[in-house]
Amino acid sequence: MEDSTTQKQEKENQKSGEEERPWGETTAASSQDLTGLSAPPESEQGPETGPQSRSSPPGSPQSRDSTPLRDLTGPGASSAPSPPEESSSSPLLAPTRPGPEAPGQALETASVIPEAETPHSDNLKPSSDKGESTHQTCQSAGDAFPQFQQTNGHLNEPRDVTFSNSAQKELRFDTFQEEDSSSGYGLDEAEPEAAPSVLEIAIQNAKAYLLKTSSKSGLNLYDHLSDMLTKILDERPENAVDIIENISQDVKVAHFSKKLDTLQNEYEMLPTYEIAEKQKALFLQEHLEGADQELEDEIAGNSLSNVMESAFYFEQAGVGLGTDETYRVFLALKQLTDTHPIQRCRFWGKILGLEMNYIVAETELREGEDEEEVEEEDVTEERDNGDSGSEEDDELPRSFYKAPQAIPKEESRTGANKYVYFVCNEPGRPWVKLPSVTPAQIVTARQIKKFFTGHLGTPIISYPPFPGNESNYLRAQIARISAGTHVSPLGFYQFSEEEGEEEEEVEGGRDSFEENPDFEGIRVVDLVESLSNWVHHVQHILPQGRCNWFNPIQRSEEEEEDDDEEKEEEEKEELDYIEQEVGPPLLTPISEDLEIQSIPPWTTRLCSNLIPQYAVAVLRSNLWPGAYAFCNGKKFENIYIGWGHKYSPDSYTPPVPPPVCQEYPSGPELAEMDDPSVEEEQAFRAAQEAAVPPAEEDEDTDEDEDDYD
Amino acid sequence: MDAESLLLSLELASGSGQGLSPDRRASLLTSLLLVKRDYRYSRVLFWGRILGLVTDYYIAQGLIEDQLAPRKTLYSLNCMEWSLLPPATEEMVEQTSVVKGRFMGDPSHEYEHIELQKVNEGDKVFEEEVVVRIKEETRLVSIIDQIDRAVAIIPRGALFKTPFGPIHVNRTFEGLSVSEAKKLSSYFHFREPIDLKNKTLLEKADLDPSLDFMDSLENDIPKGSWSIQMERGNALVVLRSLLWPGLTFYHTPGTKNCGYIYVGTGEKNIDLPFML
Repeated sequence: MEDSTTQKQEKENQKSGEEERPWGETTAASSQDLTGLSAPPESEQGPETGPQSRSSPPGSPQSRDSTPLRDLTGPGASSAPSPPEESSSSPLLAPTRPGPEAPGQALETASVIPEAETPHSDNLKPSSDKGESTHQTCQSAGDAFPQFQQTNGHLNEPRDVTFSNSAQKELRFDTFQEEDSSSGYGLDEAEPEAAPSVLEIAIQNAKAYLLKTSSKSGLNLYDHLSDMLTKILDERPENAVDIIENISQDVKVAHFSKKLDTLQNEYEMLPTYEIAEKQKALFLQEHLEGADQELEDEIAGNSLSNVMESAFYFEQAGVGLGTDETYRVFLALKQLTDTHPIQRCRFWGKILGLEMNYIVAETELREGEDEEEVEEEDVTEERDNGDSGSEEDDELPRSFYKAPQAIPKEESRTGANKYVYFVCNEPGRPWVKLPSVTPAQIVTARQIKKFFTGHLGTPIISYPPFPGNESNYLRAQIARISAGTHVSPLGFYQFSEEEGEEEEEVEGGRDSFEENPDFEGIRVVDLVESLSNWVHHVQHILPQGRCNWFNPIQRSEEEEEDDDEEKEEEEKEELDYIEQEVGPPLLTPISEDLEIQSIPPWTTRLCSNLIPQYAVAVLRSNLWPGAYAFCNGKKFENIYIGWGHKYSPDSYTPPVPPPVCQEYPSGPELAEMDDPSVEEEQAFRAAQEAAVPPAEEDEDTDEDEDDYD
Repeated sequence: MDAESLLLSLELASGSGQGLSPDRRASLLTSLLLVKRDYRYSRVLFWGRILGLVTDYYIAQGLIEDQLAPRKTLYSLNCMEWSLLPPATEEMVEQTSVVKGRFMGDPSHEYEHIELQKVNEGDKVFEEEVVVRIKEETRLVSIIDQIDRAVAIIPRGALFKTPFGPIHVNRTFEGLSVSEAKKLSSYFHFREPIDLKNKTLLEKADLDPSLDFMDSLENDIPKGSWSIQMERGNALVVLRSLLWPGLTFYHTPGTKNCGYIYVGTGEKNIDLPFML
């Protein structure tokens, strides 16, 4: 700012200086007007002097004197030690010849004053646009006020004398021009046009900022500052600068403002209170349930896993939600077990979403399961019947494309639907039961990669159309993550004997297990050093989308008995050769997991190398970032906190579009013959005429015609 | 997150499951103090953690008085001994862009990359396989630099530009209001502005030069590369970067508590458009 204005001034000075030089010598006295001493009658009231004299009343003495001095010492430093300066000061003491100390003094004053003044000149520039009141206060409140009068005296005197010297007049005039233009009042001809507009805007912005009224106290800084300055000037304290804070406080205390009634209610942060209210219910649960306490005790006996204990171990591993949130989740799980018929309940983890997150609870229900699933199955069966039943009209060929085998979902409590999952967005909000997962959803979910939004009803828009909304996608991802990352130390679970054998006959693999009562624990060091000490205890999900192999051929025989026999045969021919998909059986060590392009699928480590004897083993999945497991030898737990996506070092590639169907191959049944030619028909007629008995003729012709067709 | 208020910050950022074990916390509190003394930083940030296959890198950054000056980055494997990383160069970023996959956790590990180079021998042009070796330390430097430039953020008003140029911490910053905290426009990239110069005069007209001197988040490409959530009622705002999954920014509206931490694999999510 400073630089730009001074540059402008210099330019103007060049302009105006050139104009003035001719008359400057003759109107030496006219400049004396400004200093207010003798006003000679012969002074030519030129257009230039007019504004100068006009400028004097609003432009205070400080502003007029400060600028030339600043310019002398500041940007135009070259002029400061110049001879005019010396001689201008010299007349003060000795009119003829300057003494050795005289210039020194003058320079001193010249150098001291600007320091005191520069802030003032800065203040005054803006204040010229402000109200008169501040203008005055600024003037009068300045500490350097007395100094100015002195300096005025100093500087005015030399001027009178120096103006008799024509050689110095030019410089004098220059300085006066500077002074005029810089103080904002300018000469008429050399009015700076761009500068005030930028300045004014800046000043207006600053003023608007100062005038911004605080919503709390109803004050604004502008009034406050003027009040403070008024108070200081009224009271004239000795150490105003030291007690400025107290003065400010006093002014504020003295400020009287009446609190007016407003019709609008004050704004409240509703969601904060709402969630606090809901979470309060979590903490108060004990008192609420009083009625059937015994029954609750029975149910909730040990259905809930100890979330805080496993959270402690996970915290050792550097995973977890933080202490208070974990406890809230714990309470929310408690609420879940109290309100639902739940046999076992475990904190599965947290899936992050774009707008809200999901807290997932893994539960096993007791006998009472709800009937939603049955309804869903009915719907799908109806659809199937609709497809197969409408085969009565034989007139036109119907589309014989059949949708690929719909693979039924697994029964609840088996396979991927072994557990029931409840989700909520925040502890305290209601739990929502996720629907059970279908193989089609799992298969599709493997091909897409979408962020969760946090609203269960959001439709999933993806290229292989996803059958269901976000709740189904969430459920499918949970199934995939559980199948991939739920592990336990070797020996903790064993196959249960009675059930296992039965299953073996039917399915070719055992799918149930029980806790091993003789489990003695594993050394933590072994768990860290060898991956073969960890085993999967959740069934592998086959490419088909189920845990247990479902043979699509069997189904086609059972369900489509009413279909034509031919069709069934065809299908058998096509499908007979599908091999059964087999995955790794239950309780397979994770050391046999597939590598992800030379990246090991698991990372194990000890949570603390400093005190290894009390450390726990931490297992981290590299396939599903966010999945962790710990084991301290006896206890173990799995948790997942993350976005719910599988890791792959390559970028996601959308599945290729399905192959285009081939058209029917052109064969004898499509190709037609040429029309019968004249020769053929004549030959035919000749043959007819040659035919002997009219009675047999008809039959023959029929046969012949058939041939031609 | 600031090294001084590490414990509070960790608690606030823990909603994403990214924490530190107690022994790591304690050692960070100790060693970052020493880092600040030895390197004479005015402020030390705990930047985060890059998960390696074998070990993790713990990253800290030192700031001098000018907040936007180039930062010094340090890494450590055990949270006690810190080593200084060289500043990232364009060349490094370009060189390491061919490396994919996870970090190993060993700074001296060398990735091998096979490049096909055309070799002219007389008239014939051969394609020759050249094995380029890239040190993991180089990759670490360039990844940290990329993350910093892409997703390091700070709320509007937390820094201010002094008239002399350097950018200082704003002592009078009292946090964003709740309504502001929900908008992406209240957050800035914690780096030298890039887009600001390309803005039109009309857009610049409303900006406050002492506060709006950095790029705002709202113009990030692609749209929707941030997830903004109010947690614990409205008591905590959490921003998660979807472009660099793992970066979490937290801020308690109405207080000075804010910061970001990166815990992740150090890989960019280039599938973002498919996932939205």
